[in-house]
This record gives sequence, structure tokens and C-alpha cells, in this order.
Amino acid sequence: MTATHSLAAEDLTLAYGDRTVIEGLDLLVPPGRITAVVGANACGKSTLLRSMSRLLSPRSGRVLLDGKAVHRLPAKELARTLGLLPQSPIAPEGITVADLVGRGRHPHQRVFSRWSTEDDAAVAAALDATETTPLADRAVDELSGGQRQRVWIAMALAQQTDVLLLDEPTTFLDVAHQIEVLDLLTDLNRARGTTIVMVLHDLNLAARYADHLVALSGGRIHAAGEPADVLTEECVRAVFGLDSQVIVDPTSGKPLMLPMGRHHTAPRADVLQGTPGS
Amino acid sequence: MTAVVSPPPTTVDTVARGRVRRASRRRLVIAVLTLAVVVAFAVTLMVGRTFYPPGDVLRVVLGSDVPGASFTVGRLRLPRAVLAVVAGLSFGLAGVTFQTMLRNPLASPDVIGITSGASAAAAFAIVVLGWSGTAVSVTAIVAALGVALLIYTLAFKDGVAGTRLILIGIGVAAMCKSITSYVLSQAGAWDFAEALRWLTGSLNGSTWEATVPTLLALLVFGPVLLGQTRNLSALQLGDDTSSALGVRVERTRVIAIVAAVGLIAFATAACGPIAFVSFLAGPIAARLVGPNGSLLVPAALVGALLVLVADLCGQYAFGTRYPVGVITGVLGAPYLIYLIVRSNRTGGSL
Repeated sequence: MTATHSLAAEDLTLAYGDRTVIEGLDLLVPPGRITAVVGANACGKSTLLRSMSRLLSPRSGRVLLDGKAVHRLPAKELARTLGLLPQSPIAPEGITVADLVGRGRHPHQRVFSRWSTEDDAAVAAALDATETTPLADRAVDELSGGQRQRVWIAMALAQQTDVLLLDEPTTFLDVAHQIEVLDLLTDLNRARGTTIVMVLHDLNLAARYADHLVALSGGRIHAAGEPADVLTEECVRAVFGLDSQVIVDPTSGKPLMLPMGRHHTAPRADVLQGTPGS
Repeated sequence: MTAVVSPPPTTVDTVARGRVRRASRRRLVIAVLTLAVVVAFAVTLMVGRTFYPPGDVLRVVLGSDVPGASFTVGRLRLPRAVLAVVAGLSFGLAGVTFQTMLRNPLASPDVIGITSGASAAAAFAIVVLGWSGTAVSVTAIVAALGVALLIYTLAFKDGVAGTRLILIGIGVAAMCKSITSYVLSQAGAWDFAEALRWLTGSLNGSTWEATVPTLLALLVFGPVLLGQTRNLSALQLGDDTSSALGVRVERTRVIAIVAAVGLIAFATAACGPIAFVSFLAGPIAARLVGPNGSLLVPAALVGALLVLVADLCGQYAFGTRYPVGVITGVLGAPYLIYLIVRSNRTGGSL
């Protein structure tokens, strides 16, 4: 039932004050798949995500969830279908992992309702899925960056939404933890059919983990589709202003982008022969 | 709904046990604080120039006529003790609401200028306009609401950011205090004494007339705030996360501000701005409860206990009788300094 939710942006224009960030953007998020949004700094990736979870009202255009404008839906009803993990969420001082994950139950609770066994089960499922059960009674402050990120994802999971938006879920994590988080999101997508939309900085990880890649440039979509079709040398040049070489990643069969800077970039023949670059 | 892969029962047990443990710690703190408030309330009724045993006090409270005690306890001490409790609950609840909402212990109404606004207006009404009694109280209430509105408007820019509101509030507080100082410098001897009450806060001269409106305000605004408990807890996670959880952030904030300012305004009108009670109650409650749930009720009880105990100390612990605000001020100031020193060390984040 999860794959039935459709999420789309229609002629969306977003602005902060006078500064227009996104202009006339149309986007269709494939249901039940993983979408990654990539682009240069300040190209509007996070802004787009914020608007899709209605943290930002559109200047014009609409974000549609199952054909209804998200900005018109009752707040809690939306929060039961669509979750968002912001880029730098704030944990109250001293809060325990289980308590924080339990906060994800907010849209399922009423003002004076008691905590239900269903809530406990949802929190437990979220802890197990993120392998944070052993941390349940620890204070969030004491955890490592990787553990903390898993806990935040657990909170979003406890919300039990069919659509999950994540703003740079791998920032500040070392490479092992980045992979761990992306694997976890893939598990979630495969096991439950959760539609995932994430903003990622790392093009190669985005290309590897996404089913659908969206490259933003200057507030518009430069290219969208299968990673192999989107991540090209031409696209990297247009979106990032960077020369690169895109090869097939021998590990995943997905495209792999190798940036070409002014230094340490040998002619291709040398690279292929394995001699060190100049 | 997502089909939940059902977790092993052991994890559900762990989660449920942890939750029950956290809740019971909080309930225990609430029970102990309630008991302490009751004891301090009883002591306030018994102790004074004449000591009355609990039996006499109880009979007076229940409405029997006890020679001597009926007047002293019934007419003098009871309104004072009731006002101490009601004002303490109001200050504590309002303070912790602001602190929770703005995620900053400095954000209490007595730091960000709301109480200073009430004080300045009251001093102005007494000294310049020559008013007294209810008129002064009404002025104080209107001024508190006005100052809150002013701070909110000045801090509003695509929603209200906590730090901006606090800084603007501190500026407004300084402005109000300078108005008060100026007004006091113009005051005659009699007005000066009366106006001074509006600077430190005092329960002297408590009457039922002053207590009843404060009690009514608590009965109206208290439940409103308690109804926002879950939303306020969610706000602690930041505006983005809480909106993503389905909280209507700006609406929650407006309701909380109106209710908290209402509490502060009525309590301040009755007994002046008892220094630092709304500032101290939340952090003390946080120490007692730990990260185990909402602080609204515990902080309200701590507020009541602070006012009762500080008033007892002020009256009987020293040779001279000090107004309650002097005692709470002595307690609060070092904590304020501690917070500022700590914020210097942590680079500004409190």
C-alpha cells in the first residue's frame, strides 16, 4: 500500500524575501523508490525539500501529495504520511535515545491521550531497524555522530510515514557511517516500500544508492532520471562547473564521477597504465 | 499505514520499561514537591508573631471560629499564603513555558522584559498618575501584554527565532528598568515606598481582593498551557523537526506566549515581580526531574515552593523583615551569572 503515495511539485517557485531560489520547477517523485537530489551549494536543494514538507510556503505553484496541496492538509495528517529529517536537528539536553525516538509518535497522539502499546511497538521497531536498541537508555549527547544520525533516523521511522525526506543525512559522518546510513535507508525502502527523497552532497554515493537522480542547477532541474543517464561529464560541467571523467563503478555498475582539478590529473593513458600522476 | 515489521517482544518490553521508569521518576518528583508545598503552606499559616498549632489552623481553614486565630490566620496569613502559592505556580509555569519554547534558560519572562514592563507601568501609574489599588494592577497587566507584543513584533521575521527574541527582550528590559528608575527618582517619600514593591516584589499587604484575580488567571491559563505540553516538548527539537512532526509551530507559540504572559501579568499585578522565580523554577525542576518528560507541572510546583520558602525566610530568618523578592533575588542572581559564564565558555550556546 505504501507505493501508492504520489509526491510532486507543480510549477513551484520558492523564495526567501526577494531572493528567488527555485523557479517554475516541476518534479515527479517516483513512488516506492529512492530519489536523490544533487546540485551545487546554494542551488536550492534544501529549500526544495523544506517546501515539499511544507516548512516553506511556495511563492507560486504547489506541492502535491496524492493530488492534494500539502500546504492545505491538516498538519498532523500530513505528518502521518510524510516525514522529514532536517539537516541539523536539535536534541534537548540529556534526552535519552528511547525518549527522542518516541517524539516521532507525535502525529499519532492526541492532546491528552495516553501512550499506547502501539506507540511502544513503533518505537521498538524503529530502534531495531536502526540497530540502536542497545542505546535506548543512553543520553543522545553522549553518542558518536554515526550513532546519533541513526537515532534521528529511528525517530523519523517511529513516525511511520510512507514518504521520508532527508536533508543531507550523511553530513559530518565518516565514510563507513555514510555507507551504513545509506544501506539502512535502502533496507527501509526495500522492506517497506518507503518512498525516500534525500539531498546528498556526494555525487557518487547519490548515483550508487538512488533509483532516481535529480540534478538541480540555478533553481531549475538540469536533468532527472536513471543515475546512468543523469550523471554524465556534461551534466557535472553544467551543474558544478567542473571537468570530470565519468566511468562505470566496478563495484556497483553505477556511474562514478572522477573530478578533474588543475593538479594531480594525469593524461588518461597514464592513469590506465597505473603510473602516478604529475 | 506502513506495515510494521513487528519487533521482537523483548525490545518492546525494554521500550515500555524505560518509559515507565522515566514517568515514575517524574511522578515521584511531582509528589514530593506537592508535599513540600503543602508543608510550607501549613508552616506559613502556623508561624508568625503568635504560633498557632496545626489543629487551630485547620479549624480556621475549615471555617470554624477560633478566637485570635480566626483573624490572624484567616484574614492575614491565609491570603498571603494562598497568594504565595498562586503567584509561585504562575511564575514557575510561565517561566518554564518560555524557556522550553525558546530552548534557552535565559528566556524567562523576568529576563526578557515582560515583568520589567509591568513594573515600569505600575511605578509610572503610582508616582506620576497618582493611582493606586486595582488601577495600578490593571495598568501592570496591560503593560505586560503590550511589552510581550512589542518584543514579539520586533523579533518577528519569517517566524520568531529564539535568540533574536531573547536579545530584543533583554534590550526592552533595560529600557523598562531605566523608565522605572527615572520615575522613582521623581517620587515623593510615600509613593516611593509603594512603588518600590513593584521593583522587588512583596507579599506584604496581601488581600483576597488581590489574590482572587490571580487565582482565576491561573485557572484559565494554566490548563491552556498544560494542553500544549506535547506541542511544547516537540518544539524543543527545533522548528523544522517539530513542524515535520505535525506541530503548528507559530500557532503553538502564540498560544503559549499569550497564556504565559497572562499568568505573569496577573501574578505581577498582585505581588510585584518576585525576582527570578520564573527564571529559577524551570532549571531547578529540570535538575530534579532529569530528562524524563515535561517540566511544566514540576516547575510550577518549584515556583510555589520557592515563593513560600523565600517569604518565610524573608520574614523570620533575619532580624529585619525583607520582602520576598529580595530573598529570591539573592538566590537568582548567582545563577544568572553562572549561566552567562557558562555561555561564554561554550561559545554562546546555552
